[in-house]
Amino acid sequence: MTLALYVPVASPVHRLPAGVKLLCLAALAVLLFARPTPAVAGAALVGTLVVGLGAARLPVAVLARQAWALRWFLLVLFVVHALTADVVSGAHTVLRLLTLVLAAAVVTATTRVSEMVRVVELLGAPLRLVGGRPERVGLLFAMALRFVPVLIERADRIRAAQAARGGAPRGLRALRTTVAPLLVQLLQMAHDVSEALDARGADDVPVRRPGGA
Amino acid sequence: MRFRRSPAATADTDVAEPGRGIELRGVGHRYGDRVVLEGIDLQLTEPRVGVIGANGSGKSTFARLLNGLVLPTQGQVLVDGLDTRTQVRAVRRRVGFVFQDPDAQIVHPTVAEDVAYGLENQGVPPDERAARVAEALERYGLAGHADHPAHLLSGGQKQLLAIAGVLVMQPARVVFDEPTTLLDLVNARRVAELIAGLEQQVVVVTHHLDLLDGFDRVLVVDGGRVVEDAPPGPAVAAYRTLAERR
Amino acid sequence: MKTRDLAYIALFAAVIAVLGTIPAIPVGPVPITAQTLGVMLAGAVLGARRGFLAVLLFLVLVAVGLPLLSGGRGGLAPFVGTSAGYLYSWPVAAFVIGWLTERSWDRYNVLRGTLVNVVGGIVVIYAVGVPVLKAVAGLTWGQALTGGALPFIPGDLFKAFAAAAIADVVRRSYPVIERPRRTATTR
Repeated sequence: MTLALYVPVASPVHRLPAGVKLLCLAALAVLLFARPTPAVAGAALVGTLVVGLGAARLPVAVLARQAWALRWFLLVLFVVHALTADVVSGAHTVLRLLTLVLAAAVVTATTRVSEMVRVVELLGAPLRLVGGRPERVGLLFAMALRFVPVLIERADRIRAAQAARGGAPRGLRALRTTVAPLLVQLLQMAHDVSEALDARGADDVPVRRPGGA
Repeated sequence: MRFRRSPAATADTDVAEPGRGIELRGVGHRYGDRVVLEGIDLQLTEPRVGVIGANGSGKSTFARLLNGLVLPTQGQVLVDGLDTRTQVRAVRRRVGFVFQDPDAQIVHPTVAEDVAYGLENQGVPPDERAARVAEALERYGLAGHADHPAHLLSGGQKQLLAIAGVLVMQPARVVFDEPTTLLDLVNARRVAELIAGLEQQVVVVTHHLDLLDGFDRVLVVDGGRVVEDAPPGPAVAAYRTLAERR
Repeated sequence: MKTRDLAYIALFAAVIAVLGTIPAIPVGPVPITAQTLGVMLAGAVLGARRGFLAVLLFLVLVAVGLPLLSGGRGGLAPFVGTSAGYLYSWPVAAFVIGWLTERSWDRYNVLRGTLVNVVGGIVVIYAVGVPVLKAVAGLTWGQALTGGALPFIPGDLFKAFAAAAIADVVRRSYPVIERPRRTATTR
């Protein structure tokens, strides 16, 4: 999958099981909130950078992008804390947030989507007890990703069709004349897709009982 | 009489009788108050069966009855003696279904994954699955596209992919619902040739009358009833007369 | 759950993803992103159960590493940052909207739908989002509300109305929530 945030590198961090990495992330979050001091947050940030840039050999840009996106928010947060409380609490809050976001980004960048999906399926396994079918998660993923380009294409088609009949409506009218019909078309398509899936053996019960639609 | 059991279908097809073909007994279908089909009694055993009729005549519902996508509200549909209402899984394994719009049929992001989908449902082991997918891609001219995103294929390629995804499951019969309606002349011809070359029994619902050349039997559906049941020549003539009377 | 329900769930996960590609509308200091519109629509069109699952599916797609949140954000980072609470509240919001919509199905109109969407899409989302923002950023209630709720209210009110207007049309031409008589869905 080309659009994923995974960064392929042959590193020990990449090879760690996804479940272990997720547990580490959760443990880090618990630690940062249980021991709210700048020293702990600072050490955690250094640790995260060592793991991410050192052990996992991620490009600096991958993490810098995350930090950069937060820059104004972190600045405002620091100022608010400095004015209403003190500089130490400001520094600590900013460090804690930055650390968590970066650590999460490290996990995402070092773990393939397919491995994450396996964790999701594992987590969904208890659903079996209540009649759920966690193995359908893969099908749901596939369909959702497949629908994205179809959806964009249909939206363009509706826009073009309306342009051909004298310009696309704007504002509130567009909701009723463009968005709603698009959604109806898409629901119909989803229905057709489900028929096609059933025709290829997706379900084991009749889709419609007599009298149903 | 041949009595070949498809290996994947053994679980619930103990009573299948392949010689009987597709039978419709007193079949009717309605959505709420609207009658879509009524009074249909047919036995389809011919290798090539065509279904023609105006838009809204009930053709698509007819096609969907044949593999249990739609269940009759009246009467019975039997495929090789299996009732679509009680043995829908077994029926669907015997009857493949190709839709008009391939976009509605392709559910996986890449070509090979999509072809493999039906085989996964049948529980075909991974090695055999990979081999059959590769063979199907080769046969339908998609070998170079195995890992391509499905949405980047052309309309004609998408329909070939949809067909490959159905035929890879080796159904005993295949229903096509307007398979060439959205295709240009070249691709329509390609699909027509592909259909002509199939070993399976084929039921084709279509507006492209030349698709029916060499067919054994053609049904004309009008107002929810089968109004003509004949070889292609007379059936198409009857359909033309019907259209002119409108 | 029928295959058709799975397809609807996947569709709305995709709808929310595509809404994330629409550039944010700058209204005053805080931009409106379109994704919560998708959350509201999921509940209002699909109902409680399927709406909840559609939004959950979307969040799982994001969490496993796809950049589907507005602005191309994705992965686990958004789930531990300041916006985490808002994200966690989304499936609940869709569920509440769906539940209320199902109960007002026979009398649904744009006004009722807007009210339903305000309850599920604004009250629920802020009720989870603001406390989490307060905790994560170490703010006071006043600061969390001014930073994480007030600026979004005009935009969210508009989205609540827009989602209701769209859901109302869909309800009349292709009802998915099955409360009144069932309608034909196949030709």
